[in-house]
Amino acid sequence: MRRVVVYMLLVIFAMLCLVPIAWLVASAFKANADFHVYPVVPPVERLTLANFTSLFTQMPFLRFMMNSFFVAGATVILQLFFSSLGGFALAKYDFAGKKAVMGVMLATMMIPGPVLLAPMYELIYHMGLIDSHLGLIVPGMVNVFGMFLFRQSMLSVPDEMLQAARIDGCNEFQIFWHVVMPVSRPIVGAFCLIAFMGTWNSFLWPQIILQSSDRFTLPIGLNQMIGVYEADYGAMMAGTLLAVLPVVVLFFLLQKEFIAGLTKGAVKG
Amino acid sequence: MAEIAFRGVNKIYPNGFQAVHRLDLSIADGEFLVMVGPSGCGKSTTLRMLAGLETISSGDLLIAGQRVNDLHPRARNIAMVFQSYALYPHKTVQGNIEFPLRMAKLPAAEVKTRALEVARMLELEPLLQRKPGLLSGGQRQRVAMARALVRDPVAFLMDEPLSNLDAKLRVQMRAEIAALQRRTGTTTVYVTHDQVEAMTMGDRVAVFKDGRLQQVDTPQQLFERPVNTFVAGFIGSPSMNLIAARMEPAGGGPGLTVAGERIALGRERETRFDLTADEAEGVACIGLRPEDVVDPQLVEEDRRLHGRVALTELLGREQMVYLDLRDGTRLVARLHADRRLKAGDEIAVGIDPARLYLFQADGRALAYR
Repeated sequence: MRRVVVYMLLVIFAMLCLVPIAWLVASAFKANADFHVYPVVPPVERLTLANFTSLFTQMPFLRFMMNSFFVAGATVILQLFFSSLGGFALAKYDFAGKKAVMGVMLATMMIPGPVLLAPMYELIYHMGLIDSHLGLIVPGMVNVFGMFLFRQSMLSVPDEMLQAARIDGCNEFQIFWHVVMPVSRPIVGAFCLIAFMGTWNSFLWPQIILQSSDRFTLPIGLNQMIGVYEADYGAMMAGTLLAVLPVVVLFFLLQKEFIAGLTKGAVKG
Repeated sequence: MAEIAFRGVNKIYPNGFQAVHRLDLSIADGEFLVMVGPSGCGKSTTLRMLAGLETISSGDLLIAGQRVNDLHPRARNIAMVFQSYALYPHKTVQGNIEFPLRMAKLPAAEVKTRALEVARMLELEPLLQRKPGLLSGGQRQRVAMARALVRDPVAFLMDEPLSNLDAKLRVQMRAEIAALQRRTGTTTVYVTHDQVEAMTMGDRVAVFKDGRLQQVDTPQQLFERPVNTFVAGFIGSPSMNLIAARMEPAGGGPGLTVAGERIALGRERETRFDLTADEAEGVACIGLRPEDVVDPQLVEEDRRLHGRVALTELLGREQMVYLDLRDGTRLVARLHADRRLKAGDEIAVGIDPARLYLFQADGRALAYR
């Protein structure tokens, strides 16, 4: 009996989570005229692919998508590199001021993001990176959360394994690359997903930095549709659906490692 | 292959703890040296300094005449087998064995041939494609050995490589490692806390205690001529009895008072010590191995100790007898099982002066003859 109740509650919760997605999918195939007539799903014969066609014909949607892929890809790769390297150093080396460094890093995580917008903008401005993809990538290169995630995971890599590698002829970077990273695969998967979602969905910062429409990322491009095309909700929903897909695909690809990685960071070290 | 020498090496940790005190030790080319001692005695630290995994606080470490104190481990061309084996879990057995060669950037064909050669030698061929997680302890141990052997290093370092194996496998691997070392002729430094391993494997054995080298000698010499009470008590199983005693003439010759009883010593100058030396007066302690306790019928009456049996352990043909001497001192004797004894029995045991060890108050052995 208890089981039944639990399952019922889970089903209700799952439905609640799925409704917006279902709505999104339905809306992506609705004609603009039907938007306020049929709140959810119109009759099948009224469904249309016009939203998708207009997405690609009337605006540079493909361009937005490529921009997003470029920015998110570059950011994830750089973040992965620097976060794992930083986490490795914090987990496996003793150096003067290590505790202080970690304290400062932790403190930066407590500062709310919007507070940093103005100084960060100034910094990027002086670096001459306004209205460029580098202006999005550079501030995202280092991720304190990621460093702690990797540190926590790498604490559980036995020191003897590192020493064995040292004796087997590795320099310190080769130890990181050939031994520690392959062993940390689950956390790498989890981190990539988290980092990708963060960058892919990022709205506020790109909105501030980017000015030319040919450099827009997906969220900015989609947002732009409201004014310019008199709120073409159908196209916007179709665009949103396409924007969500890469995240979903990535999640399914990395699902196993993602879940293993999240729990790993929690219980070890 | 190369000779290794520690010259006045100290290791002091940042917290002030001195793990190794002024170590002077030379290891000959091709020698199998075992470092043995209780945990925390500095033997592993010494090995790790040799590997380059610990810095040397002062003194010199020489490999083949070259000072290597500041050389990165990978520049020392040594191979090491760890207690935990430290295999790379994401690599197959083959990948593990090949790894040091790949790091040395050897041609792929040579890497493969050499790895296969070593795998064949250690009977690992059927396991080459497996990951370490699927191997038994003994197999992992072999892979760790293979990874060390494949490199043709100047020296093998082994840090308690057998301590994670079960007793039977340990005995088997002990013999295999010793045979392998003889075959390759590579200088080997082997750390263990097990004196049986030390005695059976090493050409020479270095005994450590509290960061100080106590004695380095052949197993035979360590057993027969320990320099102090620590080495005497550590080498040999079961341990040597160490009993307070003092020199007093008995029956017209030199004698000992042990547990309130007189033992005549030197009528025939039969001990292994020079009792005429001045320091003989300073004897404070005797050492007697349990197996050297003899039948009282075999010795004169003034060479017997008396006591009450506290406990006996039957070992098959022999028995361990725990005896409380007259003043309460405990003496362990290894006697023939024929002698039926039970707790509470009052018995006598014989002391053969030729088998006695004599130590001074500071623990040093009297000069051997």
